[in-house]
Amino acid sequence: MKKLKLSLLVASSLLSANLVAGELTVVSFGGAYGAAQKKHMIDPYIKETGTKILFEDYSGGVAELKAQVESKNVKWDVIDIEYIDVERACSEGMLEVFPHDKLPKGDDGKAGKDDFIPAAIGNECAVGNIVWSIIFAHKNDLKTKPKTVADVFDTKKIPGKRAFRKRPQVNLEWALMADGVALKDIYKVLGTEKGVKQAFAKLDTIKKDIVWFDSWSQAPQLLNDGGAVIVQSANGRIYSAIKKDKSDFNIVWDGQVYDLDGWAIPKGSKNKEEAIKFILAATKTKPLAGMQDVAYGPTRKSSESLIAEEVKPQLPSAHLDKGIKASAEFWADNGSQLGEKFTAWLIKK
Amino acid sequence: MPNTDTTTNDTSDHLALNSEHTQKYNQAIRREKTKALVLVLPLLFFLIVFFITPIGYMLYRSFYNPTVANLAPKTAEILTQWQDISKLPNEETYKTLAYEIQQLQKSRLSGKFAEEVNRRLPRTGSVIKRTARKIKEIELDNVKNYQELLTSLHEKWGKPEIWTGIRSASDKFTINYYANALDYKLEPSGEIVKQSEDMQVYLPILQRTFTIALIITLLTFLLGYPVAYYLSLIPLKKASILLIFVLLPFWTSLLVRTTAWIAILQSNGVINQSLLSLHIIDKPLDIIYNQFSTILAMTHILLPFMILPLYSVMKGIDSSYVRAAQSLGANPFKAFIQVYFPLSLPGLSAGALLVFIISIGYYITPALIGGVDGQLISNLVAHHMRSTNNWELAAALGSVLLVLIIALYWIYDRLVGASNIKL
Amino acid sequence: MLPVYYSPIRKLWHYGLRIIVGLVLLFLIFPILVTIPLSFNVEPFFTFTEGMLKLDPVAYSTKWYVEFFTDHKWNLALKNSFYFAFMSTILATVLGTVAAVGLASDRMPFKSLITAILISPMIVPLVIIAAGMYFFYSAINIAGSDMAIIFAHAILGIPFVVITVTATLAGFDQSLLRASSSLGANPISTFFNVTFPLIRPGVISGALFAFVTSFDEVVLIIFLADPDQRTIPRQMFSGLREQINPTILAAASLLILISIILLFTIEILRRRSESKGMFQK
Repeated sequence: MKKLKLSLLVASSLLSANLVAGELTVVSFGGAYGAAQKKHMIDPYIKETGTKILFEDYSGGVAELKAQVESKNVKWDVIDIEYIDVERACSEGMLEVFPHDKLPKGDDGKAGKDDFIPAAIGNECAVGNIVWSIIFAHKNDLKTKPKTVADVFDTKKIPGKRAFRKRPQVNLEWALMADGVALKDIYKVLGTEKGVKQAFAKLDTIKKDIVWFDSWSQAPQLLNDGGAVIVQSANGRIYSAIKKDKSDFNIVWDGQVYDLDGWAIPKGSKNKEEAIKFILAATKTKPLAGMQDVAYGPTRKSSESLIAEEVKPQLPSAHLDKGIKASAEFWADNGSQLGEKFTAWLIKK
Repeated sequence: MPNTDTTTNDTSDHLALNSEHTQKYNQAIRREKTKALVLVLPLLFFLIVFFITPIGYMLYRSFYNPTVANLAPKTAEILTQWQDISKLPNEETYKTLAYEIQQLQKSRLSGKFAEEVNRRLPRTGSVIKRTARKIKEIELDNVKNYQELLTSLHEKWGKPEIWTGIRSASDKFTINYYANALDYKLEPSGEIVKQSEDMQVYLPILQRTFTIALIITLLTFLLGYPVAYYLSLIPLKKASILLIFVLLPFWTSLLVRTTAWIAILQSNGVINQSLLSLHIIDKPLDIIYNQFSTILAMTHILLPFMILPLYSVMKGIDSSYVRAAQSLGANPFKAFIQVYFPLSLPGLSAGALLVFIISIGYYITPALIGGVDGQLISNLVAHHMRSTNNWELAAALGSVLLVLIIALYWIYDRLVGASNIKL
Repeated sequence: MLPVYYSPIRKLWHYGLRIIVGLVLLFLIFPILVTIPLSFNVEPFFTFTEGMLKLDPVAYSTKWYVEFFTDHKWNLALKNSFYFAFMSTILATVLGTVAAVGLASDRMPFKSLITAILISPMIVPLVIIAAGMYFFYSAINIAGSDMAIIFAHAILGIPFVVITVTATLAGFDQSLLRASSSLGANPISTFFNVTFPLIRPGVISGALFAFVTSFDEVVLIIFLADPDQRTIPRQMFSGLREQINPTILAAASLLILISIILLFTIEILRRRSESKGMFQK
């Protein structure tokens, strides 16, 4: 009898383990952003088509994607990718080319291709999904409040830990801004060996005060539990912490590095057709406007009319003069080399 | 404790038997040998296919990398004829590469090609990528001078250096990754030189791994020895109750224990909270995401591996020796160190080696609470596997680690005997 | 009480030892004990709130357990964990037991080399095993299959089965086998009628070790598993790296419960076989 039970248990667990496998595996960044995507893109699509979707978190970057593609073991079907990475991912053959001509009309009737802002469909492998920004934030009860990126790098003025995402992107840009390089020259300077040295030297000055995190979800957490006094974050995470969790945080737009995120399909996805259908549906006017839940701007012009007035000042587009756009081309060309340098720098005492 | 193969009693049986019997006896032995081997074979086969081969395959990948040669085969071939590397290669080489880069760009593989070359010669990746982007639109059949074309796309094509990079990246077999794993690099000229100061990371990490493993071994010894000793003194019934304190952590998931340490050590964790509310400190201590937390948590996790072998050896030590020494006037400390301690050495060496071997290869706990300066060599292997996709370097680092572990395992086998691992 | 004639230094020795041992045992058990109350925190943090310290019932909640049992991902992970652990335990136990019986034979050739190989999965760092398997399983096209995970976990469990079964066989009189076969029994019935009853405690505790090994394993899962093959430890790992919330502590507490059950099962087995004087600690 016992044996029978055991084998039944084994058999049932075997079956169920196979049954729950989703037909579409979609990965994104989780947290408040993931919740907004689930609400406005994933759930409506499931409801409409009955497709099973496994919605997973990842922490960005091209590494895992590349590993899957190169080992010919592609587990993901749709990926939310930062445009800072998309150029590289596309040029290295990690993504399928997306049929942009299939993009449906906007709700105002404008043809799909004209409705998107040009940057959103500027890369042949992806469809823009949000306009977001990397900003820094602090608690309002901080004695001296940081106003500029230079303040972030000034531990005398504002003592305490700073939390940055563990990668060279944005950190090197900020280091140069804090060191007085003009916004328009950041990538030009960073393209030279001297500029790279300068950036690392600036980072060196606060190295022991930096807490590194791997995933955007950790940023509001670190601020909340006192792990850091200033955190680098995606603007939406902080916005949602302020709005939903009533956290007493403040966003500083100075030095913002704004960028797009887009949906793309990993090369060799087992469900390519279904993935295309999903992306087409998820980038319609309404779902894109839904991203205002986390203060991310839409990539379709037709979505703009759906944005609530009180959200507008919280969108990155309201503060463009204070920062720069992340250069996908620069990071495509220099990402791996600076990544190596960054890792070595990090490990070195 | 050496291995105890029980083959010695054969000869004594032998003496009483005549030759006919001997033959039969030998046959029987052979049959039993075969039988024993047949029983072991399925497992051995399974392990060889699914465990040893993968590790062997990893070793192979650490020096075999055909990517560049496969992506741009014609360039790879033509570059083998390029003799004088102080001069530029010939026009034919430029032409071949121009066509191949355009081809790669069209099939979206130029980026991969660039990355691979970049790995052999840093700062060349962006040259190739930029060139590929620009060459896309050019009608190559109409070009008169390909050297001029490439040089106009990027001035670095006008120097031999980048060509040496492509050539050495085209080698299917290379020891470059081993050189890298030991903080050396293989120059395109074939020379092996030390990495520049700011890129030397692996030897220091290896050294750190050894230091941390040693500290942990020492700590588990200092903490574990008294416990094992005390447990071996008290009656078995009481000991088996106290042993639960050792066995429960031993049986509890590694993730659970690491999670618990996060809850205890984080900036508003149990320790900081208590100290703050007692006004002993006025701002949280930095006791997580560093070497300290790594050592602390790993010591906790590995302590049972020290206590259990020590305890099993100590249980067998006759305590009357120590009592004898004490009654002869030795003070307890002296009696202990001179009489008892040497008797417990087998357990100590077993525990210490086990803890040391496990610590050297540790990954999860440093990954979760090690911060930056608590990262060990395994974390770098994982980093190159999962973050930089430099699989060849990961494989080379892994191989270096593997050699160290096998050496230690060999010592363990000599000293303790692999078959004497007790659970 | 200590005898009154004990010298001060002896008293120091006596009490010092007990204090140290007490502290070390506390150090061992404390993290595990802390986890359980924290998992009942009503707030989404890893910390004791004031209410919790005052034992205010409002500060406690079972909502993280509800979350654990209702959330799709944790459910999937729970199922996967049991599934992989069951399957790999069966594989490891069968292969490991049979091999241990062969290994225990007096006539086993290359005994120490083969033993070293069979035990080696316990010694080789997991990251190396994971990397090797990642390369190789991708190359032979079984990466991402359930089989790959089951094989990988079975390999980690095998040394435990071999060790525990070998230990029960250490006191085993090989002549029993010869007697059995000379009485005309074939090897298979000899195994089931003579060998197996004797080694059963070793087999069971080896199987439990193999089960726990698979159940707790996370490195191979990180490298080899697909998103829909995530296990509880994998889910905890990404939770700890990405978004810490007490569901992880609820999962941890449940795992502690499982370890307690397994620990007692193993101890009972050990006692039983120790009373027969055959199973070594």
